[in-house]
Amino acid sequence: MAQVRMTINGQEIEAEVEPNRLLVELLREDLKLTGTHVGCDTSQCGACVVHVNGLAVKACTMLAIEAGGAEITTIEGIAAPDGTLSRVQQAFQDHHGLQCGFCTPGMVMTATKLLEQIPRPTEAEIRHHLEGNICRCTGYHNIVKAILAASGQDVSQLSAA
Amino acid sequence: MYAFDFEKPTTVEAAVAALSDEDAQALSGGQTLIPTLKQRLAMPSKLVSLASIPELQGVCRNDAGQVCVGAATTHAAVASEVATAYPALAALAGNIGDPAVRNRGTIGGSVANNDPSACYPAAVLASGATLITNTREIPADTFFDGMFTTILDEGEILTEIRFPVPQAADYQKFVQPASRFALVGVFVANFAEGARVAVTGASNDGVFRWTEAEEALSANFSPDAINGLTVDAGDMIGDLHGTPEYRAHLVGVMTKRAVAAAS
Repeated sequence: MAQVRMTINGQEIEAEVEPNRLLVELLREDLKLTGTHVGCDTSQCGACVVHVNGLAVKACTMLAIEAGGAEITTIEGIAAPDGTLSRVQQAFQDHHGLQCGFCTPGMVMTATKLLEQIPRPTEAEIRHHLEGNICRCTGYHNIVKAILAASGQDVSQLSAA
Repeated sequence: MYAFDFEKPTTVEAAVAALSDEDAQALSGGQTLIPTLKQRLAMPSKLVSLASIPELQGVCRNDAGQVCVGAATTHAAVASEVATAYPALAALAGNIGDPAVRNRGTIGGSVANNDPSACYPAAVLASGATLITNTREIPADTFFDGMFTTILDEGEILTEIRFPVPQAADYQKFVQPASRFALVGVFVANFAEGARVAVTGASNDGVFRWTEAEEALSANFSPDAINGLTVDAGDMIGDLHGTPEYRAHLVGVMTKRAVAAAS
């Protein structure tokens, strides 16, 4: 066992982990932060995306012990403390960017980083950026629309899905 | 995953010492190694993380004009930091996997693993790069040694890759859409001394130079120069994504596209 310290959603935590503990297992099973989902567990689907030191990463493909000293944000840390949704979360709600919702945490985490890097992305840039996030319900149309809307672009001309 | 010990050294010397234990394994970004461990396809006694060694990080330009990339530099960092110095290399890095994979995966990890469908080996070989380790300098032409194999010794650590910058270059990848690895990828680099063409994703022996295309392009750097040239399908990978003949055909198609797009 090794002792690791990290900051998760602004809170310092200390945990005992085996070296083969995945970051997503630490989050979900030890810390009960179950908003981060495990869809495939093979690095394909992106449901487990969290931010580590400001970068989107797949929490199923990083060891917890590698996150020692890191600043981590999970989906639980995206809304304001009073529950006000972030603009990405609000746009997903407004534009029905989800159906079953299982992939949504990863979608929101990936989209949030995209808009930090490219504040007004084109549809093609959004689709390229979502290549590591799989949704099996929506066909992506409303997800792309929600992200365009969250970036402040007019989506009134886009057809409904 | 089987149990293993974990070390996170901060110098190359300490990493070499840590790797001297039997069955110790270097861990870079982990985007291939961690899935391999999850499937219990590997059972290292110890993982030695290379992520906290400052000299393995970052990009610079040396006096010879080469672009020097630290082995633990992530794909995302290469994509942004060499965009001006070597645009074709930056574009290749920016199309590996997906954004989350690019934020963890590293150039050294990819090159040392030598996956026969990985993108970076094509850039390294076509550029005629030099691979620097803790003990020696290795020309790209001798580094790759067949599928998932390089001439790196046990415990030898890749520290830097130095890329000569061609006059014109481009990488074209025919994406295998489920994995986003290259079904076939071709990197074309045109130097004053001649053209180099490296092919990934296609051969059972891993990345290779297509010398007939190099000769034709050195005489006439245009897509038409590839007309009539073929590669032998007998050496190509055949799987449910494509037959050997399909891959052999794609090598020509992707080479032409790369020459047309080279700048």
